[in-house]
Amino acid sequence: MTSPSSTATENGPDAGGSEAAATGSAATIVGRSPGQLMWRRFRRDRTGVIAAIVVLAFILIALLAPVISWAYGKNPNDYYGLNQPGLLNEYGYPILPNGGISGDFWFGLEPLVGRDVLTQLIYGIRTSITIALIVTVLSTVIGVTLGITSGYVGGKVDYAIGRVIDTLLSFPSQLFLIVLVPVVDAALVLPTQEPPTWLRFVSICIVLTVLGWATTARLLRAQVLSLREREFIESARVTGASPARIIFKELMPNLWTPIIIQATLALPLYVGAEAGLGFLGVGMPETIPDWGRMFQVGSNVYHSDVTYLLFPGVSMLIFVIAFNLLGDSIRDAFDPKAKR
Amino acid sequence: MTSFLVRRVVGALVILIFISLITFYLFYAVPRDPARAFCGKICPPETLELVRHNLGMDKPLFVQYWLWLSAIFVGRDFTQFGPCPAPCLGYSFATQEPVFSTIVDRFPVTLSLTLGASVVILSFGILTGMLAAWKVGQPLDKIASSSSVIGASLQIYFIGPLVVFLLVDTLGLLPRPSYVPFTEDPLTWFVHLLIPWVVLSIIFTANYTRMTRSQMLEQLAEDYVRTARAKGMSGRSVFFRFAWRGAMIPIITIFGVDLATLLGGAIITEQTFTLHGIGELAVRAVLNTDLPMLLGVTVVGAAAIVILNIVVDVLYAFIDPRVRLN
Repeated sequence: MTSPSSTATENGPDAGGSEAAATGSAATIVGRSPGQLMWRRFRRDRTGVIAAIVVLAFILIALLAPVISWAYGKNPNDYYGLNQPGLLNEYGYPILPNGGISGDFWFGLEPLVGRDVLTQLIYGIRTSITIALIVTVLSTVIGVTLGITSGYVGGKVDYAIGRVIDTLLSFPSQLFLIVLVPVVDAALVLPTQEPPTWLRFVSICIVLTVLGWATTARLLRAQVLSLREREFIESARVTGASPARIIFKELMPNLWTPIIIQATLALPLYVGAEAGLGFLGVGMPETIPDWGRMFQVGSNVYHSDVTYLLFPGVSMLIFVIAFNLLGDSIRDAFDPKAKR
Repeated sequence: MTSFLVRRVVGALVILIFISLITFYLFYAVPRDPARAFCGKICPPETLELVRHNLGMDKPLFVQYWLWLSAIFVGRDFTQFGPCPAPCLGYSFATQEPVFSTIVDRFPVTLSLTLGASVVILSFGILTGMLAAWKVGQPLDKIASSSSVIGASLQIYFIGPLVVFLLVDTLGLLPRPSYVPFTEDPLTWFVHLLIPWVVLSIIFTANYTRMTRSQMLEQLAEDYVRTARAKGMSGRSVFFRFAWRGAMIPIITIFGVDLATLLGGAIITEQTFTLHGIGELAVRAVLNTDLPMLLGVTVVGAAAIVILNIVVDVLYAFIDPRVRLN
């Protein structure tokens, strides 16, 4: 059920061959799986398809970042402005107008250190999307597991998990984000050791996951609670189905829709949260290209060079809008009765 | 009503104790040597010992938590800083100031920011939402739904600087955002906070327009509206005297959540506009590993959210007589 939306949009005619055949012979009655129905509804939603193409383009750029920067002849780490005279003025700002945009540096130069903006931006997508994807997968898996357990087992387990969810949701989450990152850092590495570069990456993933799973778990718990009382579960139980069978064969098919919708809507939030951490100065360390740090630099230099802020800002706006619209379309396709 | 309040307050206290316990445990137990974390990277052994003793870190963790918790109600004496009267959250390690009074000093900034933004967001959002419902299907309707998608995707740290650049640096229409106490000069207070309010409302208003609109439309389809209409009440009276009450309930719920987000999100807003509120305090505390300050800010922040939730629940009962708090 998950595969069509991610792979087939790009090469629609090839991958969607079977569906195309089914559309052609509309006169004969053809049985369709829920996945096929969803895919057909999705394909008709023009906004959704455009949003999916934009999201795929971002992912493609992230994957091809080394190729692009090789063809373009720059990398995100070299201090071009410091090494080559004539690019930055005495205050460290690009000499050319609009943030130093030129044939050599298409998106201009970073003020003060003179790194190339375009390569920073495309490598920054990698950081953002990788973290957001890992966190989405982890928090969905944890949220789904605990949510289903809580709803299905009930009793004391439900009470315990419910209280943990309540507490997590009343945490001031932004505050806890910035508070927890250094705490997790300190838990993983001694203060006397030199922190390795993967440390922050792991800490950010852990913190976002810890603070993120509760929403999914609460949603899933509520779904399971209402499904548990339905007749088909009752009859499965009467015929002697094992709990594992009931959960995986009876409950899960009914839960895929809310899970996928929740995950698509959560991912852009994590992209924003990760950038927010960078903006506040507890994001990825200096050498790793990161949109959050670009915002931080941008918000310090915008009085003199507003162009630098525009690139990460507009890129992120496009990505988040596209992903939100994609999420809405996926929800419409899966669940046409649901109201926006 | 009273029993409801008592139950909710007790529940809130339990959650707060739970949150403070977790926070305390995380801050004091997880870093392998908390005293060293306080002391910084280069720390002579004698200072380290002193720090450890002054923080009571030679005692078991639970005793330490108990000391911290009881200090909130009865105060505490610190060997290093001297006495700390009743609502005592300890002393900041970076500034040597008492944590509680620092938070109290900073609170008006965050409160002005949040409440002012809320007033702008709610009044604009509800007004345009009701207008959109009044004139269904007309341009305002469509503008509201598409701009709420964009609004929800915007980041404060992106449009904040842009608006400042446009209105302050380029056009010179407004002063750079800062905080002037309301009691000192209300007009200056207002003018200096206008940009942050506007930026926050760009992000949140459209959402309220959309919600108010759909809630109003839902209410207008209810039986009581039809009854009122059948008894001869004019459409306008039904709309502005009855229907809006029902529509406000879900709006208040969501506003309660958003208000918490705004208060918590004050971190990024304050950092963007360099306002010295609680959020900025939190960021500095993190960057300085100022653990007592962090603990104080977290607990006060969580308390604000929990209290807000109770207030929102009580507000329901005032707006909708059908809601019984028991």
